[in-house]
Amino acid sequence: MFDPFYPFDWLATQMITKLLGLSISSHLGSSLHFFLYDVPKVLTLLIVISFVVGTFQSFLEAERVRSLLEGKHTLTGNTLAAMVGIVTPFCSCSAVPLFIGFLEAGVPLGVTFSYLMAAPMVNEVAVILLWGLFGLKVTLIYIGFGVGLAIASGYIIGLLKLEKWVEPFVWKLQKSRQAMPIEDAESLEPVALSWGQRFEQGRFQASEIVRSVWLYVVIGIAVGAGIHGYVPTDFITQYAGASNPFAVPIAVILGVPLYANIAGVMPITEALVNKGMSMGTVLAFTMAVTALSFPEMVILKKVLRPQLLFVFIGLMTVGIVSIGYLFNAIIN
Amino acid sequence: MDAIKIEILGTGCKKCRQLEANAEEAIANLNLTAEVFHITDPIEIAKRGVMSTPAMTINGKVASRGQVISVEQIQPLLQLQN
Repeated sequence: MFDPFYPFDWLATQMITKLLGLSISSHLGSSLHFFLYDVPKVLTLLIVISFVVGTFQSFLEAERVRSLLEGKHTLTGNTLAAMVGIVTPFCSCSAVPLFIGFLEAGVPLGVTFSYLMAAPMVNEVAVILLWGLFGLKVTLIYIGFGVGLAIASGYIIGLLKLEKWVEPFVWKLQKSRQAMPIEDAESLEPVALSWGQRFEQGRFQASEIVRSVWLYVVIGIAVGAGIHGYVPTDFITQYAGASNPFAVPIAVILGVPLYANIAGVMPITEALVNKGMSMGTVLAFTMAVTALSFPEMVILKKVLRPQLLFVFIGLMTVGIVSIGYLFNAIIN
Repeated sequence: MDAIKIEILGTGCKKCRQLEANAEEAIANLNLTAEVFHITDPIEIAKRGVMSTPAMTINGKVASRGQVISVEQIQPLLQLQN
């Protein structure tokens, strides 16, 4: 199969065999190869993809997404919401404004949740890392299962009619907004973007992402490289392989507090996978890191009653663990 | 001339600080009197009808959202207020 990363592989191999005179199969050689191959590859992907995403997401404003989803009940709404969640930017800091904004405009609760679940799970950093470290196929499977989970969980929340567990002030806001639409950008000339400015946004986005994650990436890959060269395979297979029934739930629990460090953690999982950790466990772990992020829960607590927060966390946890098991079962 | 009231809406990420700096610079360039507030409470942000941060309001009207607009883009918006 065509490997878009072949040049990186070639370069790393040359450096180790020609420059350092080491064998790729030696402990040190394989560690160094892991490091010298992954660091340039992942950083290049980060720069390119975050630039492209940053440039094009200026076309997809939250307001436009909202009008797309207004009044869309049923499964169609959930599906659409999850799909849109893939392509829109998301940061947990905008979760509450989005949540309130969607409900205010009449987007059903379940549909709003589908969006809120899909958007952080399929974010550019996670996708870049999965693609760079595990390949396109794994990335597409991750996106597919992630979106499926968001659709299903949002649909269930819709069926359960849990509107009563949203903080009442949100509904009050909705009523007052309908009675008196707020004065908006229409009165001020909205700022139109030229292509130059869109590229500028993309550049800004890329530099922001790269600056905030590059160190984690390098450290993570260094640790991964150490594991890759020196930790025996049997050891990992025994603890993180598909035969250990607790591997998936443990990975999910470990993933929750790691939200900020996905860039550092993923290269380590790559090394673990090379040594026999199973892929379903990795998928579950990555989903837990992105979707069950602690700060997002804290922020959402401002608009959700604890009961609804528990339903949200519960559905996601059960879903993620099931995906992990399912995948481990299929692969073996 | 009353002072212009500018609000920077955002939970404190780098982009919001960049937007705030741009707004300050635009104000200085135009020699205007303006007060700049930073709104970080997500509920307050939502009350202003904004869903994507960073955003900026000028005298209570939403002037930009979801992006960092430049000093050159802010200046004409401020001049509209006079």
